[in-house]
Amino acid sequence: MADVIGSALKRHEDIRLIRGKGQYTDDMKIPGMVYASMVRSPYAHARIVAVDTAEARRVPGVQAVFTGRDLKDEVGMVPTAWIPPDSDMKMTPHPALAYDFVRYAGDAVAVVIADTPYIAQDAADLVRVEYDAMPAVTNPRDAAKEGAPLVHEDIAGNVAFHWKAGVSVDEVFNKAEVVVRHEFRQQRLVPSAMEPRAAVAQWNAATDELTVWVTTQNPHIHRLLMSGMLGIPEHKLRVVAIDVGGAFGSKIACYPDEVVVSWAARKLNRPVKWTETRSENFTVTTHGRDHVEEVEVAGTKDGHIQAIRVKAYANLGAYLSTAAPGVPTILFGLIVNGAYAIPHASAEVFGMLTHTTPVDAYRGAGRPEATFLVERMVDLYSEAVGMDPLAVRKINLIPADAFPYTNPFTLQYDSGNYQGALAKALEMVDYQQFRKEQDNLRKQGKYVGIGFSTYVEMCGLGPSEVAGAVGFQGGLWESATVRVHPTGKVTVFTGASPHGQGEETTFAQIVAQELGLPPEDIEVVHGDTAKIAMGWGTYGSRTTVVGGAAIHMADQKVIEKARKIAAHKLEVGEDDVAFEQGLFSVKGLPARTVTFQEAALDAYLAWSLPKGMEPALEGTAFYNPENFTYPFGTHIAMVSVDPETGDIELMRYVAVDDVGIVINPMLVEGQIHGGLVQGIGQALYEGAEYDDQGQLLTGSFLDYAMPKARFFPKFETAHTVTPSPHNPLGVKGVGETGAIASTPAIVNAVMDALAPFGIHDLPMPLTPRKVWQAIAAKGGTH
Amino acid sequence: MEDSRVVPVTLTVNGKAIAREVEPRTLLVHFLRDDAGLTGTHVGCDTSQCGVCTVLLNGEAVKSCTVLAVQADGADVLTIEGMEEEILHPVQQGFWEKHGLQCGFCTPGAMLTASYLLSTHPHPSEQEIRESLDGLLCRCTGYETIVRSVQRAQEIMDERRESADRETRAI
Repeated sequence: MADVIGSALKRHEDIRLIRGKGQYTDDMKIPGMVYASMVRSPYAHARIVAVDTAEARRVPGVQAVFTGRDLKDEVGMVPTAWIPPDSDMKMTPHPALAYDFVRYAGDAVAVVIADTPYIAQDAADLVRVEYDAMPAVTNPRDAAKEGAPLVHEDIAGNVAFHWKAGVSVDEVFNKAEVVVRHEFRQQRLVPSAMEPRAAVAQWNAATDELTVWVTTQNPHIHRLLMSGMLGIPEHKLRVVAIDVGGAFGSKIACYPDEVVVSWAARKLNRPVKWTETRSENFTVTTHGRDHVEEVEVAGTKDGHIQAIRVKAYANLGAYLSTAAPGVPTILFGLIVNGAYAIPHASAEVFGMLTHTTPVDAYRGAGRPEATFLVERMVDLYSEAVGMDPLAVRKINLIPADAFPYTNPFTLQYDSGNYQGALAKALEMVDYQQFRKEQDNLRKQGKYVGIGFSTYVEMCGLGPSEVAGAVGFQGGLWESATVRVHPTGKVTVFTGASPHGQGEETTFAQIVAQELGLPPEDIEVVHGDTAKIAMGWGTYGSRTTVVGGAAIHMADQKVIEKARKIAAHKLEVGEDDVAFEQGLFSVKGLPARTVTFQEAALDAYLAWSLPKGMEPALEGTAFYNPENFTYPFGTHIAMVSVDPETGDIELMRYVAVDDVGIVINPMLVEGQIHGGLVQGIGQALYEGAEYDDQGQLLTGSFLDYAMPKARFFPKFETAHTVTPSPHNPLGVKGVGETGAIASTPAIVNAVMDALAPFGIHDLPMPLTPRKVWQAIAAKGGTH
Repeated sequence: MEDSRVVPVTLTVNGKAIAREVEPRTLLVHFLRDDAGLTGTHVGCDTSQCGVCTVLLNGEAVKSCTVLAVQADGADVLTIEGMEEEILHPVQQGFWEKHGLQCGFCTPGAMLTASYLLSTHPHPSEQEIRESLDGLLCRCTGYETIVRSVQRAQEIMDERRESADRETRAI
């Protein structure tokens, strides 16, 4: 049998999805079900004076209207589950329905529940809310200014926390030959999973149990948090996510809507469904990024970077969402030196509250922001010292013999060969030739540019001890049960909760390889707290790294028990039994065999088991990683800029990624492609904008530029393989690399193209208008 | 209430006649999902941008969130549930083989858009495929595998046509 690990197996989940048989939350229909519609604040900041629900209640088909006051004493605050230590973090009380103040446009103040979604929406429009509008602040640095409107009355200066890492680098800067300073605006992005959020809640009055089907990346975290808010004990609360239509971080958080629906289902003793509209998704589902960053780099005149100092204002919106505080601190500040052996570094982050939609993880979550600033600074520093950015990268990249490498923030990069990935990328791109052509084209008034991103990121979240040390209010290990049935078919239960990544296939490949079974004999079950004892979900490129490793460990337990059964049957010692490709055999006597399926049947019949052995065959394992994993690579973008229109054409995009061992190359390529389009989307197209009153100006796909198929050339992808030394499968994680690496590669390329105009930086997204205006401001092409 | 009055409509969905009484404002996509029970067609936005809800209406690709059920009265509608006949439709097979989907949410709209393209342009260039997907938003795939899926679907269509021709000749 050929190796299953490493083969481009077609996806198991596709069998239902290409037939329209997926089970997304909004597809649920339960007899007697009623529908919820939220009444939301049109103001970014206001005092609620009065809520009049009388007219809405009179609409035929309306079952109930609830306001913040109805829930106030029955539902706990929506919690924050990440509290960075030593940051003096202030909690931001977040009622499921607002009753005193609204703090962003979209904050829910009431819910209407009716027989049909149309009636619920009609009646929601008839709920009269009287507001006393107040001034708002939307920019994170403005929020810190004296006299800025306060988001929460008792949080002075709108600073939710002030976090620092590293040691003082002042002396290095004072003595440096070259210091480069720059300010970056890491714009706000809207994750925009194609499936809007939804929740269906059903109360079972006979057993006092609540079942909630919800669009989540982490059902067990939802159960834990909702249990606290609703006062329903965990063992009476079931959270289910079957098919989830994309998430990218936006379905990590526990949201008010889900809690309101759950509370109402119990109150009314009827199943209640809520489905978000796209307009709501823009205004209430968490956003990503949104930093103002002051960055300084110190170095020598000959291209050695000695120190990096970062001060960032991270916009966290009106309330601290579930994982929000961890994103701009631990996942950002600790890795601002990137892939470079920069000996000195410090990071300082102000977690700012503003009258905007809460910000939480979005694909890459902190690492794209860190990678962007260091990759851009390498280019700006190269320019300052008059050196080629590729040459500066070669000087400063962490050498291959330095691993495991401890960075200035004491992260230990597990393994790497950054020069190897760079060399591979340079095999695909003739750099010197490009430079020659660039010169020739410039003489003809044509502007092309090349940009590098030689990145590293930390993922595979993560060691639970570290989770505790950095203030994440949960573990980051993962669980797996590999249950072998009497016929030798297998059900795998995983605590990871994939939502598009294809782990029903990837995980089946791991088990197929290790137990020597056909992949079609293996079913992977995820996303149901009633079926899976515990798990921490899917985010931070952890699913295959941590969840896959747990499955590997469970496989070993199964093999060891089956080996004992086989040895007993073969009447030899277990040390004399070999296991290969699904067959137990006596070492040296290959004709004497027991198949895996025979051992499984024996385990269940239990007619003749080794003395003292329990019947049945299954393995359960909990894998707690000892470190994060550190994927890396080199991305190269080549662009052409039309100075007459400001239009940017992406000519070529080369991505060499090292994500460790690859289990399914087709799925890995898919993850990279998806990440690239989101990262390039940030560089060129996407950006959420608010006006001064806190109104979201980019609240639909009409105004928010989601990338489309015709914007891209074919991507050129390749790999180097440096296994993670501490992960049992050698995997490193691939879900976020594309989004992390690509944004600075694109901006570096565009700035390289614009260099003849004396343009060194422009704020993202690099729209034609912005580029054209910048060229015009520098005197244009004439 | 006034607008609770209903009107009768009959649509042929995936070859089956479905007669229901609906509010005049009922969108075709809600008719398909709620009245016909065909939840394979999804709703991804409320401004007709995303194309996730695309179905074939009398053979033409339309965004079913932008058509009222009453406008489709008497029409033939094909949804994802009706694509497969005895074997997978070439577009379904192409998407499966070339990893044209990840979360699967936009996939029904993507596949019906693709099948419409191939019914009108049997051999589109890569650029034509990318442009034909202009009405579709996918956040997972980065589109390239969708393009490959459409190209593969076209190959499968050609293969099936050739083998049908051979069978006809053999008779």
